[in-house]
Amino acid sequence: MSASPPYREITLKGIAAAPGIAFGRVYVFRKDELVVQERRVAPGEIEGEIGRLQSSIDRSKKELTKILAFAEEKLGPAQAKIFEAQLLILDDVVLFDSVNKRIRYERMNAEFILHDEMEKYFRLMSSARESYARDRAMDLEEVRNRILRNLQEQKLTSRFDGSFVIAAHSLGAADAMILSRNNVLAYVTEAGGATSHMALLARALKIPTVAGVHQVLQHLGEETEVIVDGYSGTVVVNPSPTTAREYRGRLREHEVFEGTLSELRDLPAETLDGHRVTLAVNLELREELDFILKQGSDGVGLYRSETLLIGKEVFPSEEQQFQEYRAIAEAMAPLRVIIRTFDIGGDKLMTQQTRENNPFLGWRGIRIMLDKPQVFLDQLRAILRASARRNVAIMFPMVSNIKEVRLARQLIEQAKDELRAKGIPFDESLSVGVMVEVPAAAVIAEDLAREVQFLSIGTNDLIQYLLAVDRGNDIVSELYQEFHPAVIRFLRRIIERGKGGGVWVGMCGEMAGDPLATMLLVGLGLDEFSVVPNMLPEIKKIIRSIHFNEAKHLADRVLAMDTEDEIRQYLTAVMRQKFPDIPLAQGQPVPERLT
Amino acid sequence: MITRRVTIRNRAGLHTRPAASIVKLAAKFKAEFLIEKDGLEINGKSIIGVMTLAAEQGSTLELRFIGEDEEQMAEAIQDLFERGFDEPLA
Repeated sequence: MSASPPYREITLKGIAAAPGIAFGRVYVFRKDELVVQERRVAPGEIEGEIGRLQSSIDRSKKELTKILAFAEEKLGPAQAKIFEAQLLILDDVVLFDSVNKRIRYERMNAEFILHDEMEKYFRLMSSARESYARDRAMDLEEVRNRILRNLQEQKLTSRFDGSFVIAAHSLGAADAMILSRNNVLAYVTEAGGATSHMALLARALKIPTVAGVHQVLQHLGEETEVIVDGYSGTVVVNPSPTTAREYRGRLREHEVFEGTLSELRDLPAETLDGHRVTLAVNLELREELDFILKQGSDGVGLYRSETLLIGKEVFPSEEQQFQEYRAIAEAMAPLRVIIRTFDIGGDKLMTQQTRENNPFLGWRGIRIMLDKPQVFLDQLRAILRASARRNVAIMFPMVSNIKEVRLARQLIEQAKDELRAKGIPFDESLSVGVMVEVPAAAVIAEDLAREVQFLSIGTNDLIQYLLAVDRGNDIVSELYQEFHPAVIRFLRRIIERGKGGGVWVGMCGEMAGDPLATMLLVGLGLDEFSVVPNMLPEIKKIIRSIHFNEAKHLADRVLAMDTEDEIRQYLTAVMRQKFPDIPLAQGQPVPERLT
Repeated sequence: MITRRVTIRNRAGLHTRPAASIVKLAAKFKAEFLIEKDGLEINGKSIIGVMTLAAEQGSTLELRFIGEDEEQMAEAIQDLFERGFDEPLA
């Protein structure tokens, strides 16, 4: 399989599936061929066989749940929905009822029956002429192969060190997602086209991809040098010096910019005139910690603890939570980790089905936790126990009045008493903060500031509530405006009143990681930014290249404007002039929605 | 039993994401839910069944609801179809 000397240059054409140029060595991602054997099962082993299938389904659910959460963090809930569909397949009662029945009656092994039962659906789908049928079939196939792999207890290595071009026969959406946690330079596949879910994900993840390169693996071995041009759909194997020079010229333009970003890693988020802000990251999964530590942040500004609840029937125990929180706190120490207590309800997962006419205005966040004090106390004790190294803080979501904060703080005191009585160590001076995401909380920011040590603005919900716009609703989603003058003035108010009350004010919503907003937020006096990990270098670069005074001046000008268009145009013009290298969301091609 | 005829309104048709929305909504009701297209009838609570249907924009489906909460269920599901699954229509 490896390329033989003298490393002749070969140019292969495929389908340009995601733009960008990458230059590097190949890592061949091999999924072991799934061989489905037909095997009789003795009558006494039938139930064991069904149990084996069930545990494979459970394991598959766990894997997909993580992928879903990771995709939501990196791409947002709409694009991540594809993995939600894959999870629903694992819960398909019709499918698994008939699989279980057939295992019982035909007394054949689970792999064989599952494979055979799903073939029926593939046959039906392949007879459809409709263009999206192939994508749907690939989704089904990806789930089926995941269960089969778990049944055969095959391990799939999705971690590697170094930067590589990933080459594979085929990559599913979940593969592309999970592999992207490594340093992937590009994807090259033999199968698949530009419409596959995998290609859409690669575009969203900004990983250059060429798909449908006929028998490309025959030309590639481990470490083979390649150039992947995702604009033209070209893969150059063993490029000659001349070809390499040509592509390197184009690549260099990218690298110059990337290089300046990585040099920033160990430098503080500080303006040219010495105004220092805290630049932290949002964390969802423990698996992201390695990546986050490499990014050079000031800590975790938002750990979404509710990710521990995904796929669970019951709340995790205090001990289970403690293990998780401690692992994160220790990995980040001495940097601070702010743990947000379970934010469930609204559009976020709920363990029980509670039907509400208006869930966004209903039972969610701290409202649920205060109604379930035992659950709340378990979590508070777990967080307190993880605070022994003094780098943990607690934050409450969806606070809308002072009373909720006082009740929550009483529960913290109760949890502390219980731990003290048992002689369990914790941080006596642990910081407590609230999220400002309900307009009422913004209006009483100065009062909240007397009760806690910090405020963190959750822009996603705050903007929805302030503008009365559900951004998940296509009909009105255009009215969701991050730069609506009301939003900007509201932010100023929260920051001023919070700081006037003696606490620091941060932001953990999407706006904190939007380069277009950075100068403005610095100018408004924001103390802490908590951003998605991959945006951190760009935000830091902006902060380090501006003067605080100039940012304040910019904020004053923006505060005087009366339409979002005017504000956006102004900010875009400033950014384009000062930072032509930094891509702005609106200037980039919007990836097609995942189907 | 309640029967409703619905038309697929969104551009991309009944693909993976709408299938997920239908099945998630259907799971909230007790009634039985069947979808028929071109003589093929599938269980609307089974995502793999719904994904098997080839329903492009403009095609029509027949929905059947049987059970105690069939009326509310028919309303909710029909509404989801009429909204084009909250996806781009053109």
